Amino acid sequence: MDHTLKAVDLDLGSLSHAVAALGDLAVAQVRAAVDVFVRHDLPGAEKVVRADNAVDLQDAEIERNAVRFIALRQPMADDLRRPIAAMKMAMQLERCGDLAKNIAKRVPRLDAAPSEAKAASIAELGRMAAERLAAVINAYRSNDAQGAYDVWLKDTDIDERHEGVVREIVAGMAAEPDSVGDSIHLLFIAKNLERIGDHATNVAELVHYQITGTDLSNRPKL
Amino acid sequence: MNETLHITSPAVTTPPPTPSDVSIRARVSELNFWYGKFQALHSVSMPIQDNKVTAIIGPSGCGKSTLLRCFNRIHDLYPGARYEGAIELMPDGLNLVSRSVDPILVRLMVGMVFQKPNPFPKSIYENVAAGLYVRGIRNRSEVDGRVEHALKQAAIWEEVQDRLKKPAYELSGGQQQRLCIARALAPEPKLLLLDEPTSALDPIATAKIESLIADLANDVTVVIVTHNMGQAARISDQTAFMHLGKLVEYGETEQIFTNPTVDQTRDYITGRFG
Repeated sequence: MDHTLKAVDLDLGSLSHAVAALGDLAVAQVRAAVDVFVRHDLPGAEKVVRADNAVDLQDAEIERNAVRFIALRQPMADDLRRPIAAMKMAMQLERCGDLAKNIAKRVPRLDAAPSEAKAASIAELGRMAAERLAAVINAYRSNDAQGAYDVWLKDTDIDERHEGVVREIVAGMAAEPDSVGDSIHLLFIAKNLERIGDHATNVAELVHYQITGTDLSNRPKL
Repeated sequence: MNETLHITSPAVTTPPPTPSDVSIRARVSELNFWYGKFQALHSVSMPIQDNKVTAIIGPSGCGKSTLLRCFNRIHDLYPGARYEGAIELMPDGLNLVSRSVDPILVRLMVGMVFQKPNPFPKSIYENVAAGLYVRGIRNRSEVDGRVEHALKQAAIWEEVQDRLKKPAYELSGGQQQRLCIARALAPEPKLLLLDEPTSALDPIATAKIESLIADLANDVTVVIVTHNMGQAARISDQTAFMHLGKLVEYGETEQIFTNPTVDQTRDYITGRFG
């Protein structure tokens, strides 16, 4: 049911739209960061770093609008949860943008393009993290608590994949001592992607909270 | 990870009913009320917790003031008013709406303050003492002590202690309302009913009354009807939402205003009511 005061619906719609757009931007940044890493694309990496500014601006804009909405509309119940969740989601998404930027910043520091095998491992981890983030943004956009819950349950597969990638990199370091410098960068890149998966899980918790008013905790052991 | 595993998101849980160890000051049970042929209340049941503030909210005509006025039998003043069910005052279980119970006795136990301040055309002192005189308390030193205590409870003593013999009408609207609260408190009621007590007051006077209500709950159980949902959220411990003469939802105020379990409640408090 619409609000009697139409401006409330307009404000909330605008806030949701801004959060979803920030989510799309963060997903695009993660995908672009992984892509420039795989292709060792130095100009592309620079572009990803510069594009993070748009993520920061959008985050700040969402926070301003959420505070304004709370101050002017004095919302209750789910109307109150929406600006609170929007602010917290924006913060999580902004962190995803930072992590994507960090990945891109490491690309020019690599001595050489990653091997095909290492690139494929990192690319797979990146694909999982980006898909997870995209899935939770879709759940947010469609007000889908179950969708958010499903994302929240799945985070362990990214952690497992991350551990596998770390093992591969460490094994490579032992076999090729000359590659230690680049391998350390790869470890950080893998860790950044694993953290993006964690942020997607945090966003899933916020989406679920916004819709149902209940906190998710104690993920069941699968 | 088993991709086929499907676990359902936990549903919103209904808050537990009032625990049995909570002290109850009054219990409304299956209360029906008619204005002549018009039924204004339909099977309303809810507890009123002791030394707490219970807010009754709902749109105009929902029955919230009608319910409040059942507590002190004001409806008895109008022909055709009829009650069914019970409002039991604890711990004795006296049914306030029973025909066998004298409404004057009820009003000695249940004080009420109305929307607009309505001081008697008497002095400040005489206004507060009036309820004591009705109870037969005439000993001067006792009356003096209880008037002072009630004025202090109503947070107006410091403003009027030097002009107790002055007419109550010389006070501001906010002061008059606090005087009316003092008048209601002086006989030491078991319940204090407030019917939109700040709707005629400015924001500063409203803030003083709200602060006072929160403090009063230490001494007396308060039931307040308000259209101001922010006010209900700020000062009450429990909230009841009514619509079309029925109790739609009752619960802890925090739960009602952050995560109501009934859609109708949510629609009302978020301004979606059509």
